[in-house]
Amino acid sequence: MNPDIIKERQNATFDVEKLTYILDGGLEKTKRRREIESMVFSDPDFKEEDPNFLSRSERYDQAVRKSAQMILKLREYGIADPEEIYCYKTCVNPDRPGPLDLHLAMFMPTLLNQATQEQMDRFFMPTWNLEIIGTYAQTEMGHGTHLRGLETTATYDPATQEFVLNSPTISSIKWWPGGLGKTSNHAIVLAQLYTQGNCHGLHAFIVPIRDMNTHVPLPGIVVGDIGPKFGFNEVDNGFLKLENVRIPRENMLMKYAKVEPDGTYVKPPSAKLTYGTMVFIRSLIVGESARALSKSCTIAIRYSSVRHQSEIRPGEPEPQILDYQTQQYKLFPLLATAYAFSFVGQYMKETYHRISGDINDGDFSELPELHALSAGLKAFTTWTTNSGIEVCRMSCGGHGYSRSSALPDIYVEFTPTCTYEGENTVMMLQTARYLVKSYRQAKAGQQLSGIVSYLNEAKQHRVQPQPVAARPTVVDINDLASLVEVYKQRAAILVELAAKSIQQEMQNRKSQEDAWNNSAIDLVRASDAHCHYVVVKLFTDKLGEIGDIAIHSVLSTLALLYALHGITTNSGDFLQAGLLNVPQVHQVSARIKELLSQLRPNAVALVDAFDHHDKKLNSVLGRYDGNVYEHMFEWARRSPLNATEVHESFHKYLKPLRSKL
Amino acid sequence: MNPDIIKERQNATFDVEKLTYILDGGLEKTKRRREIESMVFSDPDFKEEDPNFLSRSERYDQAVRKSAQMILKLREYGIADPEEIYYPDGSLCDCKAMGLHFVMFLPTLYSQCDPQQSKKWLPLIIGTYAQTEMGHGTHLRGLETTATYDPATQEFVLNSPTISSIKWWPGGLGKTSNHAIVLAQLYTQGNCHGLHAFIVPIRDMNTHVPLPGIVVGDIGPKFGFNEVDNGFLKLENVRIPRENMLMKYAKVEPDGTYVKPPSAKLTYGTMVFIRSLIVGESARALSKSCTIAIRYSSVRHQSEIRPGEPEPQILDYQTQQYKLFPLLATAYAFSFVGQYMKETYHRISGDINDGDFSELPELHALSAGLKAFTTWTTNSGIEVCRMSCGGHGYSRSSALPDIYVEFTPTCTYEGENTVMMLQTARYLVKSYRQAKAGQQLSGIVSYLNEAKQHRVQPQPVAARPTVVDINDLASLVEVYKQRAAILVELAAKSIQQEMQNRKSQEDAWNNSAIDLVRASDAHCHYVVVKLFTDKLGEIGDIAIHSVLSTLALLYALHGITTNSGDFLQAGLLNVPQVHQVSARIKELLSQLRPNAVALVDAFDHHDKKLNSVLGRYDGNVYEHMFEWARRSPLNATEVHESFHKYLKPLRSKL
Repeated sequence: MNPDIIKERQNATFDVEKLTYILDGGLEKTKRRREIESMVFSDPDFKEEDPNFLSRSERYDQAVRKSAQMILKLREYGIADPEEIYCYKTCVNPDRPGPLDLHLAMFMPTLLNQATQEQMDRFFMPTWNLEIIGTYAQTEMGHGTHLRGLETTATYDPATQEFVLNSPTISSIKWWPGGLGKTSNHAIVLAQLYTQGNCHGLHAFIVPIRDMNTHVPLPGIVVGDIGPKFGFNEVDNGFLKLENVRIPRENMLMKYAKVEPDGTYVKPPSAKLTYGTMVFIRSLIVGESARALSKSCTIAIRYSSVRHQSEIRPGEPEPQILDYQTQQYKLFPLLATAYAFSFVGQYMKETYHRISGDINDGDFSELPELHALSAGLKAFTTWTTNSGIEVCRMSCGGHGYSRSSALPDIYVEFTPTCTYEGENTVMMLQTARYLVKSYRQAKAGQQLSGIVSYLNEAKQHRVQPQPVAARPTVVDINDLASLVEVYKQRAAILVELAAKSIQQEMQNRKSQEDAWNNSAIDLVRASDAHCHYVVVKLFTDKLGEIGDIAIHSVLSTLALLYALHGITTNSGDFLQAGLLNVPQVHQVSARIKELLSQLRPNAVALVDAFDHHDKKLNSVLGRYDGNVYEHMFEWARRSPLNATEVHESFHKYLKPLRSKL
Repeated sequence: MNPDIIKERQNATFDVEKLTYILDGGLEKTKRRREIESMVFSDPDFKEEDPNFLSRSERYDQAVRKSAQMILKLREYGIADPEEIYYPDGSLCDCKAMGLHFVMFLPTLYSQCDPQQSKKWLPLIIGTYAQTEMGHGTHLRGLETTATYDPATQEFVLNSPTISSIKWWPGGLGKTSNHAIVLAQLYTQGNCHGLHAFIVPIRDMNTHVPLPGIVVGDIGPKFGFNEVDNGFLKLENVRIPRENMLMKYAKVEPDGTYVKPPSAKLTYGTMVFIRSLIVGESARALSKSCTIAIRYSSVRHQSEIRPGEPEPQILDYQTQQYKLFPLLATAYAFSFVGQYMKETYHRISGDINDGDFSELPELHALSAGLKAFTTWTTNSGIEVCRMSCGGHGYSRSSALPDIYVEFTPTCTYEGENTVMMLQTARYLVKSYRQAKAGQQLSGIVSYLNEAKQHRVQPQPVAARPTVVDINDLASLVEVYKQRAAILVELAAKSIQQEMQNRKSQEDAWNNSAIDLVRASDAHCHYVVVKLFTDKLGEIGDIAIHSVLSTLALLYALHGITTNSGDFLQAGLLNVPQVHQVSARIKELLSQLRPNAVALVDAFDHHDKKLNSVLGRYDGNVYEHMFEWARRSPLNATEVHESFHKYLKPLRSKL
């Protein structure tokens, strides 16, 4: 164990283990998580070659092998709880996506939700036993976010009682679905349904794409891998071109909408049913943000505690780089953010489970708020995390750029969350739509409830550009409740500003749609402020649940840092709205510096509490024992370029060059 | 040609070709650049397989092949001007495998060898420059490698005494080079004389096998730089003749007597030069990213603004414009700043050769700060461009992942950015103190002369009369200048206050580092706004002047909204003005919309240099994306072997 890091741990003022329980949601959960981790990490069947040393094809191959093993083991150990499966999976392919992910996370659940009993009888057992390997093909080359724009067609032919599927244009080729390229033999294809001459919009069809026995693509099917990406090397994201592919009528998922044998279309009872899954996935992504950011902070902070560089005082030994104020200023606000997002992730999960109970009982009343919240928070947390990972990476200097740091991998595996499952700007605008609607309702005299209830007060204050000093400020920058209030007012004011911008555009004879587009910058800004308020509030609320005094104290410091740091980086908003005055903004800057020093002795302990197993981190910089350099050297020597002392290119190109010069 | 993109080009209000000349520095330069480009792109010897489809070893192999070809061709065509060599290096063939050979090894040899040494070393050698160690980067004094002089044999004995002292990162060190210039602490006659440079043979000239005492290899895969064999080097009692120390300046006599170099500033110049170049790199990387994102946004249709109408080009969304146009403006700003830095460097390096170092400190401070300022901005800007392309930006076919991973090391190498910002801050605080002490400053920091006049006091914003015209660039330059002056003063006062609290000067500095970085940032921001504005004065063409003015205004106003707190706090702008700025930015976005594609066309990035299916000049994105994907190595067989190995056998077990 590195002596620096031992000392760091001795300096901690709280019990790390207890904080881990809080993050996991209880001692029992921590225990079970560790059980599963040790089950996987001690299993020789899951031993792997470092993917960084493999070609893409070898990486895919290794991932298929391990995923197949995983399915066997899950059955063997009888692990069936979705959360435990998820935990197991993230150990098998340590936080990397795998080729069977969509089979498990999309194909099977979609069957369960949308297949009729008869379809379940036909498809479920083969799917369960991996005779059918499926994926979910929605996105097309030319169409993502906007579902109505999808071009794939499924035309019903009553003569044969079949659907005929087609990709009518190049832009309609299905593009991106995970596991589609090489792994799957079936796909749930989303297509525009045509019957009796009418289009009835998007519906889901089960389409066999490869022969069950030989795995060769079926006639009319053009399928393959979409090529290398930034990351996701283990996944065969694929393309699918359908050329007059015929499937039986019974392959349309018909639990809700139906096509009768004669081609008569029967509408589904409610459009809200599919809505739930989307909300669920976006809520999960909030938790993913917390995980990615906490891993990055773990690596950067541990490394910063063992790395010595330059000098603060001349003549003294090189200090730990964590002692530099600039390094603390890069990392500690991100550490605070990782905690904030962890608690927000917990909240979203709990809320989802609560509401999904209601939904099953047919009560959709809380869904719109959760939908709006999950959209905005998905965007807010992923954007913040995305840039935060890179700050962590660069805070490790050059070594962060090596794949051995794991930070490049964390980044490339995480960054798609900003554009998939709803592109972030679109997500922010969805939340904004809800906020503006709520604002208008409040203005019209309706009493709002839930998280947007602060818009009720919108009637009272007027947003007027006014001298900052003219507004009396009663904010206590050391009091979290007071800061929550300030964030709330900022959100209220920015929602009002956006709403007024729309109004003004419409007064200038713009249509409602153009007015919306011309106010989009303000709308995103309002959503962002709303989400920021929610995060500060939820973090503060969480503190109320913490009984342990030492932990309460350190988490309060983090929460305060999170809130104050958000104020400095958005000080213009708070000043413009007259919520803070200039001396207060200066006090905030000064207070942040104090908080950095205050957190310094607990920094390593705070990342230890995330309890990321070394094998999951897979980072030479982030090792628990801090023995960075030895392992970096050992790792480098295994680099494939070192397999031979002299690379063949010397004999092929460099040596012959001499005689020619 | 995609019809959308044809229409875009028809809407342009200016002559794209003329703007290209301005960016290149004149018609002649554009012509020559294009000549070289077509020379390379039409040369079958430089044909390559898309590196994205190759393994790391194959990528390295291909790069070595092309580098070797390049050296032959440069001789053949008699290309010797460094700038012309650089075109190929930066563009045509990713000759990074031997980049350090050209950029660091040869120049160091030229500048630090005596003539006899040059004659001996220049042929046959492939060299690299080994400075950074596993445990030591920025802080040169911390380097641990030792070179101990042994007068008995007239040799230096080189050693890597600890694991953290292993040389780490030098490009071309792992597999390519047979020599390295090794920076090591020189010990002779029992004394350490600090860092000096030594030429160390590391591989046999004939067999290329590592020499005794040399442990050398590749440091393993990285985020990018796949073509480069960044290497490690462990020295175990390696003996080299005394003459292998580079002795143009410092010397060790045969008896071990150390002779000091005449000036420490001599090596300083290269560093400044490289940092100035990086500013230009920022402009190039950002302009490429903008080219890809803006062209793609003009052919991509998605969602709806008005119900029932066809899906609009995504470039018509205000949010998309707000992501991309400020970055486009930034790319132009950095291009002009890059030009300025290059010119200034050439001007000053003439003085340096004449022994006049007077302007070096300012250029040094400026190049450090601007290196950090432009690379940070560009670094996040590339990613904004990538994500503005939605999912497709994540595909390697977009080229944006590559642009990012190849660019991002600029933030940490050649001086880590935060360290760079603090170096600039040191110069600013020093200048501020000089001004306060009554000295009259000249040059770019002369605005600190005014520091005496205004007091930085937290005061009601409304109390300060503001005469800023947010539509007038000169007025905005002034505002940026005052912001910089105020933030420098704030940082200086923070140090002072810490010292009043009985902190040592060094601790006071560290405890004010956040403020110091902020001050440097504001200083650089001011310089960029100023240089962009100055450049407008040189533009004769009315149409181009008009569109560049719009860009400059957008750049300046966007910087104000993103830092509005600073301007409000300092009382430089009032709240209504900040609202006006936001409104004005929206107008500027609409104003730029018709010229957006033409403005990226003017950067004149050849399709083969962009190598992006999304950024193609003809806009035919989808056909080429499909064609590219089909060449993916995973598609070499219809059925991947893993099906037979794992998936099919699994069935019988379930």
